[in-house]
Amino acid sequence: MNNKPKVAFFDFACCEGCQLQVANLGEALIDILEIVDVVEFREVMSEKWNESYDVSIIEGSITTPHAVERIKKIRERSKFLIAYGSCATIGGVNGMKHNFDLEEIRNYVYKDGARYFDTIPTKAVHEVVKVDYFVHGCPIYPPEFLEVLKSALSGLPYSVPDNAVCVECKFNENVCMYEKGLTCAGPVTRAGCNSWCVNNGNICYGCRGLVSNPNENGFAEVLKKYKISAEYIIGKMDMYNSCRLQNEKSKKGA
Amino acid sequence: MGRNVKVNVEYLTRVEGHGNIVVNVKDGTLDECHLDIVEAPRFFEGMIRGRSIFEAQHITSRICGICACGHTLASLQAAEDAIGFTPSKQTNALRKLLLNMEILDSHLLHIYILVAPDLLGVKSFVPLIASHNQVVRRALRMKKTVNDVCALFAGRHIHPITSIVGGFTRLPREKDLEAMLGLLEGMVSDMNATVELAATLTFPDFHRETEYIGLVNDEESYPMLYGDIGSTDGVRMNKKDYKKATNEFVVPHSSAKHTKLSRSSYAVGALARLNLNFDKLRKEAKEIANAIGLKPITTNPYLNTAAQLVECVECLYDSIDIVKSLQKSGVNYEEEIVVGLNEQNRIPVKAGIGVGAVEVPRGLLYHCYEVDDKGKIINADCIIPTNQNVNNIEHDMRKLVPEILDKTDEEITLALEMLVRAYDPCISCSAHFLDVKFVGKRS
Repeated sequence: MNNKPKVAFFDFACCEGCQLQVANLGEALIDILEIVDVVEFREVMSEKWNESYDVSIIEGSITTPHAVERIKKIRERSKFLIAYGSCATIGGVNGMKHNFDLEEIRNYVYKDGARYFDTIPTKAVHEVVKVDYFVHGCPIYPPEFLEVLKSALSGLPYSVPDNAVCVECKFNENVCMYEKGLTCAGPVTRAGCNSWCVNNGNICYGCRGLVSNPNENGFAEVLKKYKISAEYIIGKMDMYNSCRLQNEKSKKGA
Repeated sequence: MGRNVKVNVEYLTRVEGHGNIVVNVKDGTLDECHLDIVEAPRFFEGMIRGRSIFEAQHITSRICGICACGHTLASLQAAEDAIGFTPSKQTNALRKLLLNMEILDSHLLHIYILVAPDLLGVKSFVPLIASHNQVVRRALRMKKTVNDVCALFAGRHIHPITSIVGGFTRLPREKDLEAMLGLLEGMVSDMNATVELAATLTFPDFHRETEYIGLVNDEESYPMLYGDIGSTDGVRMNKKDYKKATNEFVVPHSSAKHTKLSRSSYAVGALARLNLNFDKLRKEAKEIANAIGLKPITTNPYLNTAAQLVECVECLYDSIDIVKSLQKSGVNYEEEIVVGLNEQNRIPVKAGIGVGAVEVPRGLLYHCYEVDDKGKIINADCIIPTNQNVNNIEHDMRKLVPEILDKTDEEITLALEMLVRAYDPCISCSAHFLDVKFVGKRS
């Protein structure tokens, strides 16, 4: 066996779209495969690996008791672990089920078969095991993934931009959605996607998660200026950020 | 004394999502035969209740990364049907283009990365980088081209940005159309090479008659984006009656919900579409079908992969035509719509139930939403192609296993894995509606 770093992909509760972003890199993927050995990637490979991993790339949220045990085992065998995509980094859309009683939603979707579906409240990967690197986004933004992978392979830290999407959006010369009479999660959402959605005429849905210290007062002023209620915007933010919003709610309640 | 065979493939690889194959032969008689789904449930139909119908596409696109455009289109059709909105001709042309890109992307991934390794006798595409470097490069190049085309009018391929209820938030500019046409026409030589490669591959010889189901309509072109539900057993019904076409039922040996219509099982997907609508294929696609000997009705499920190849050709040339006709007519930018979850009430909303039925890479996909008079979702239902195919796959396995009992366990296992892979199952989708029976040990 050669000395190339051993990289593995694992998927938990997710749509597997972030893994597919790797296949969408085109011929650049072959360059990557020249410097690393991808030893497990179930979606596209039948090979299995029984030794340790230099870099494990984890897609998806932890949503079953079985997944909790599985991610712990992967962590034990991994030198570096990357949480990859919104479901892994912040819980993402899988958190929306928190708006319902778990028993009720399970019966609604699976009816007579509900008992076969173990489920626990959705957790991001770092809520269960230590995470070394985060690649946010739904789906991930490929240029950022390459940066993070290079950092992980050379053992260097990577800092996720901790300013709002608005910064990139201004650079891209987009007209502010609030100016158009709309609401947008950009002012409190982590940058790093190059304001992908707003560049394409859509709003920001907050898929990269909130900045670590959102400017709540500033955002409240924006909402006040445009006469938008806080409940309305929270109702939209919880599409991706339900895990964090729930945690904050329970902290305040405690 | 007959032989015993026990196959238990856990975490079937090179399929989207997690599935297990379980086969048990005792004394030469097939005792047990299942395809089980072990994906973690995500409750999409449950969790979009209470949300705005204008958010439905954004959320349900996230059911599956590989079929994101398919879920988007089925979701939009259902949503617009529910609130009584009719999309424009231009919107439909761009949506068809998005669907073509989805079919191309998904079929290419399946043919090159997921199936070819079996036919070339290796475990994955990784060893092919050394042995078939140009083939792998071509596959990745074609996939990237499709993604680049999508980026120009949909923002991206995985979870498209611009395609929402009412139309598109950003319409392609003249230079975008020019770039799209360049990319698509540039793909023709790679497509020709793909067809040549496919002609050299041999598929296992296995046949089983079944019912094939897909969209049918009275137009001249190959039906993909809209139509009635049709079958090779002569059924034709309105999409609103999709529940009568799927007839989900529980079988005693397994907790998995199955579907059927006129006989014990039915198939959806590329082969079903080809069997139903062969005459409507474009001449470029029909030529390829003739060259590889595909004609209706083909009953070898392994040839679903060959049918996908024919559809790749169909979708590529149809896309070139769509872009050219947009260039010719000019894009009407007045139709660019403003997002914002209809905060400005630009699209009127009424209470109702709507159904979307769209041919996505793996077959006919249904979304159904019930909304109140504020456009809030009350109920949601999605029936996924893979879910509909599971029963048919199990019937295939039951016929196949006794026919190949003279082979080694490894060969039987591979034949079964290849059979399941031929249907290109997308288990991350189907888990939203399938029940699971956990068998064997779980890692």
